[in-house]
Amino acid sequence: MTAPLVELRNVSIAFGGIKAVDHVTVDLHPGEVVGLLGHNGAGKSTLIKCLSGAYQADAGEIFIDGEKVEIKNPRDARALNIETIYQTLALADNLDAASNLFLGRELITPMGFVDDAAMEAETRKIMGRLNPNFRKFKEPVKALSGGQRQSVAIARAVYFNARILIMDEPTAALGPQETQMVAELIQELKAQGLGIFLIEHDIHNVMKLCDRASVMKNGQLVGTVDVKDVTDEDILGMIILGKMPDRAR
Amino acid sequence: MTDTAPPQEKSGKRGLLVTLEIDSRLLGMIGAFVLLCLAFNFATDGRFLTPRNIFNLSIQTVSVAIMATGMVFVIVMRHIDLSVGALLAFCSATMGVMQVWVLPQTLGLGIGHPLIAPITIVVGLIAGTLVGAANGWLIGYQRIPAFIVTLGGLLIWRNFGWYESSGQTLGPLDSTILNFGGIDGTLGETLSWVVGVLAAASAVWALWRARANKVHHGFPVKPMWAEVALAGLTIASVMGFVWLLNSYQMPVARMKRMFEARGEVMPEGFTAGYGLPISVLLLIVVVVAMTVVARRTRFGRYIFAAGGNPDAAELSGINTRMLTVKVFALMGFLCALSAVVAQARQTYHTNDIGTLDELRVIAAAVIGGTALAGGIGTIYGAILGAIIMQSLQSGMAMVGVDAPFQNIVVGLVLVLAVWIDIQYRKRLGEKI
Repeated sequence: MTAPLVELRNVSIAFGGIKAVDHVTVDLHPGEVVGLLGHNGAGKSTLIKCLSGAYQADAGEIFIDGEKVEIKNPRDARALNIETIYQTLALADNLDAASNLFLGRELITPMGFVDDAAMEAETRKIMGRLNPNFRKFKEPVKALSGGQRQSVAIARAVYFNARILIMDEPTAALGPQETQMVAELIQELKAQGLGIFLIEHDIHNVMKLCDRASVMKNGQLVGTVDVKDVTDEDILGMIILGKMPDRAR
Repeated sequence: MTDTAPPQEKSGKRGLLVTLEIDSRLLGMIGAFVLLCLAFNFATDGRFLTPRNIFNLSIQTVSVAIMATGMVFVIVMRHIDLSVGALLAFCSATMGVMQVWVLPQTLGLGIGHPLIAPITIVVGLIAGTLVGAANGWLIGYQRIPAFIVTLGGLLIWRNFGWYESSGQTLGPLDSTILNFGGIDGTLGETLSWVVGVLAAASAVWALWRARANKVHHGFPVKPMWAEVALAGLTIASVMGFVWLLNSYQMPVARMKRMFEARGEVMPEGFTAGYGLPISVLLLIVVVVAMTVVARRTRFGRYIFAAGGNPDAAELSGINTRMLTVKVFALMGFLCALSAVVAQARQTYHTNDIGTLDELRVIAAAVIGGTALAGGIGTIYGAILGAIIMQSLQSGMAMVGVDAPFQNIVVGLVLVLAVWIDIQYRKRLGEKI
């Protein structure tokens, strides 16, 4: 068996004496979607922020392609081709889609100035692929709908050739049609060989989109199961009761 | 763009403004300003809109306007700087001490040495930048609120300057430095026309480049007539301004003295206009540079991003702490630049130089549409805000409004301007 694309091994992080994440180990392979589940406050987002560089773990190790890496800040994560789509949609509301897509990685003219026209052209290209109905290229993203904003956030991750994609409830604020769009996108990215960590509350989406599911409760890992081996009820049992289903044991 | 653009590519309603791509808020401010000028002109029997008064208004605005461009960045980043007036006084004191005591006496260069002005200015700029950077470090890295850091700075720096100068009035200032004061440093008619033509030409070139770039990427462009109209408007404004300043004639006695200083006799019937003051030219350079920084550099883009959503900026890999240091350092640099202009204008340094400037600077930025909530603001808006404030103040003085009412009116205008801005944004928000 080859080394996983990502492995978080025995990761712990505490905030003021409360163990938000307690010795959790999860992994992810190329072309795989791993769902991270659990109640609010179970530690899913905190765990994943150690990978995206927003937090630093107190203990534990992170391996990419079997090699130990240090991720001290979001820049380190980006350098390792880890892209994150945050639950709170980390977009600057006052900037337009292109400025957001390239934020922190602007295209530059030979004179050293930001090349807005080139960035808009690139944005039009990628949005044409992800969300052909997208038209509002000139307006600040606060003028966009939830789905349009989500497509900007996803475009940002996809454009820079992410290998590892972290999606924190990508469909939480979306209508059914937009949710469908995101689901299709996840399938497409998966087919391209990306590894995706998907934080998701909707069991239905988990069963549909994920290959495996890792369930957390009170900062600890309940267990990881193959989605095709279990039922909705099994996963609910893991989330609510914190116990592994009988047949997976 | 990074600032609030009017809604484009919207439903079929493409008005004239949209076609011209002119910010409707800018137009509203210009409209208010024109009304203000006409009202004052009427109330003063035509004394308000004379070349002389416009010249004076221009040079009175420069110091506050230079600092207001920096304040836009500070406020866009959701901070505030209450120490700019005190910092100006500190830089002015430092430069006063340098050019009056240290360089001519202690270092023995003698009065009027050509190196005095450049060394003085460089030392002043460094001092301002360092103090600003220190403010930024306390705010960005130590997480002390900007309000507190700069409130402390308000007390610290003016009195540091007082200590430096032992409370003395410092003068006479170096003759080169005095050129930045306004009336004593103008380009004269010919050079002013040259600068005007160059400015108009570069503005038109920039418009043309922007269009060419859009065509290159296959984006929609304005109709040609709109481009021509915009270019024409630009040329007319630049040339009109130069013409006005050139129309302000030097007094005969002053010109006689200038001729005598050169050992010549003034010919009969000789006239000369003042032309563009060097301080105004300096302001124009600052405005252009700051606008380019705001719109066309990563630094400017990050300032707006961090103001719009600090978490997003941080998660995008932007070092927002270092950004805070840079923004406040830039603010300090601009305070020092303003200090040169301010001390040259009053021809000596005093302890009370720039008193209450922090409020004028903040008011200029806010009247100019900079939102205290962060993320929104333009350089040209702040300049217009500074001009409106100055026009109000000197207009009321000319009309003879009682001193207490002058301040009451300025205060009311500040609140009213922000209220109108909020209403405007609300309406825009509903439409979108």
